[in-house]
Amino acid sequence: MSAVIENHHDDHHHGPAKGLTRWLYTTNHKDIGTLYLWFSFAMFLIGGAMAMVIRAELFQPGMQIVEPEFYNQMITLHGLIMIFGGVMPAFVGLANWLVPMMIGAPDMALPRMNNLSFWILPFAFFILLSSLFMEGGAPNFGWTFYAPLSTTYAPPSVTFFIFSVHIMGASSIMGAINVVVTIMNMRAPGVGLMKMPLFVWSWLITAYLLIAVMPVLAGAVTMMLMDIHFGTSFFNAAGGGDPVLFQHIFWFFGHPEVYIMILPAFGIVSHIIETFSRKQLFGYSSMVWAMLSIAILSFVVWAHHMFTVGLPLAAELFFMWATMLIAVPTGVKVFNWIATMFRGSITFETPMLFACAFVVLFTLGGFSGLMLAITPADFQYHDTYFVVAHFHYVLVPGAIFSIMAAVYYWIPKWCGNMYDERLGKLHFWLSFIGVNVTFFPQHFIGLAGMPRRYPDYALQFADWNMVSTVGAFLFGVSQLLFLFIVVKTVMGGKKATDQVWEGARGLEWTVASPAPYHTFTTPPKID
Amino acid sequence: MNSDAKKTLRKLLIAVPLMFAFGFALVPLYDVFCEVTGINGKVFQSDYEDELLTDDGRPLAIQFISTNNENMPWVFEPSEKVMKISTGEYYTATFYVKNTTNKKMVAQAVPSVAPSNAAAHLKKLECFCFEQQELMPGEEALLPVKLLVSNELPKNIKNIIMSYTIFDITDYNDEPMAGHEMNMEH
Repeated sequence: MSAVIENHHDDHHHGPAKGLTRWLYTTNHKDIGTLYLWFSFAMFLIGGAMAMVIRAELFQPGMQIVEPEFYNQMITLHGLIMIFGGVMPAFVGLANWLVPMMIGAPDMALPRMNNLSFWILPFAFFILLSSLFMEGGAPNFGWTFYAPLSTTYAPPSVTFFIFSVHIMGASSIMGAINVVVTIMNMRAPGVGLMKMPLFVWSWLITAYLLIAVMPVLAGAVTMMLMDIHFGTSFFNAAGGGDPVLFQHIFWFFGHPEVYIMILPAFGIVSHIIETFSRKQLFGYSSMVWAMLSIAILSFVVWAHHMFTVGLPLAAELFFMWATMLIAVPTGVKVFNWIATMFRGSITFETPMLFACAFVVLFTLGGFSGLMLAITPADFQYHDTYFVVAHFHYVLVPGAIFSIMAAVYYWIPKWCGNMYDERLGKLHFWLSFIGVNVTFFPQHFIGLAGMPRRYPDYALQFADWNMVSTVGAFLFGVSQLLFLFIVVKTVMGGKKATDQVWEGARGLEWTVASPAPYHTFTTPPKID
Repeated sequence: MNSDAKKTLRKLLIAVPLMFAFGFALVPLYDVFCEVTGINGKVFQSDYEDELLTDDGRPLAIQFISTNNENMPWVFEPSEKVMKISTGEYYTATFYVKNTTNKKMVAQAVPSVAPSNAAAHLKKLECFCFEQQELMPGEEALLPVKLLVSNELPKNIKNIIMSYTIFDITDYNDEPMAGHEMNMEH
């Protein structure tokens, strides 16, 4: 897609307001995008610190540093914070910054709701984190909060957890509605659906998934609330309910949720690979159809998380095959990325390094996912470190690497300065090595039978756990370097050109760097 | 905001409460699905059916398993652990219960049948699991379950396990039973 921009001058030129109220009252999509991104960075560091507590405890067998009760709280909060506070807000932030600029819209369609959807998030996480200091401690039942662990046996703080999940859900739903309304109604003339940049497509699909499943999650926690406080028995067998019902409802939300956390990454990586391969993306329309098929299939595979609860054989077979079917559209995407690189004139700037690592390591995580999809094999792998290795491979070098790639790729457009390429590459290599040293050994200890979520383990798992912890601290510390690089880039650095990257295409590269406070107040002309 | 955007917004705002309601609709749907397919081993009360009686039944073993849920202090065990029966005939099995505490308690047993595809062929004329049991301190009782296994039971099933978990529902007793109707007629 190419575009010609008229220089529209300052007929109503006004910049941002000054001071704190700029951020509190802002309805500007770029400001809100920035808020989301910084918020998710803060959550990433807090959730990361919890991961360090977990890995430090697992450095050696036996109880070393924390009490088992506190370990359980760390496990739970790490998962919740990284998913709902780290990955999801980061993608919403990127959507805020990029979607309007990519489709030639002046702002998001519902700017006030945009402000609201961001500003309720800090309260949700304040409530969740404050439960650490409550009597009985923070939620300790794992991020999947299976009943009856999260109902009959939950600490009193579970009610605060439920309330915070409600707020997070409301925030995500509002963000998603905003994205859909923007994309469906505010595209510049000439930006047809099948001409939209892939990041926009990926977010359109993600937003529909969010609108479909976040209310189901809200329903699940509401049922928990009613079981705990109002004497109902949704999940209580004594009253005629069923704990397995909880798992069905949870994973009906939970499986689309994992695609919510990866589809925007697909969009980001597609842009970066085509830019640094200096070629047009291979198979644009198959990329769109692949994402649509993945999204639709995501609704009919949830019970592959529950192979061991005693499903009938027919269900085990159905969910096994349906799950494996997802490998087909995913394979199409991986093929297209590689075909895009094929015979391209590739350069490996930091975003491209992260994108290439994404393709390789996400695929690796996909393969271990296929192994887990094999029902009989899953009886062995279920709830072991193999599962932990699998989902960290798709989430850390998958979702999180794509977010880091996006930050390096678009930060020159956001703040007008180039990041320090040498430091960026150093950050990449430290993260790449760190992530593999951390999570690859977890495949081995998982296959050998180490269960997840325990603060202690049998002696035969000691060596690989030690390696994993060393890797985790390497990865953790190198994210402080990332923070430093981002701050340094915001403060100053080599000025970026408007196009920033030689091979960059798309409307966002046609505006000045840094992007003016208001862009596309008159729609751009598209060829 | 133009009117098209308002239309999109309205549709999405309707979708949200609908999906919230769908989450709750999953509760009865889950029950209906399990009942139609008979996959979670639940057996509901049946009427007396003459046509199920047969002389050419085949032998079958029924095992009884009793479990006390968490802090349930009652003694609860089957009178016979295994019953040799043949299909197409009525039998009555009993479970012994005793309230070992010094207060009045109410209990509810929740049944399950394995293998789950046997559940559809297991007919219960009466079962203590269809009602609540109230026992005085120290009181004991023999709880009956009257059953028949239909001759149409798949041939490969030679052994059926009937499992009961007994729950203390003294504190729930004022509440109507949520969710499942235990006395459902077929």
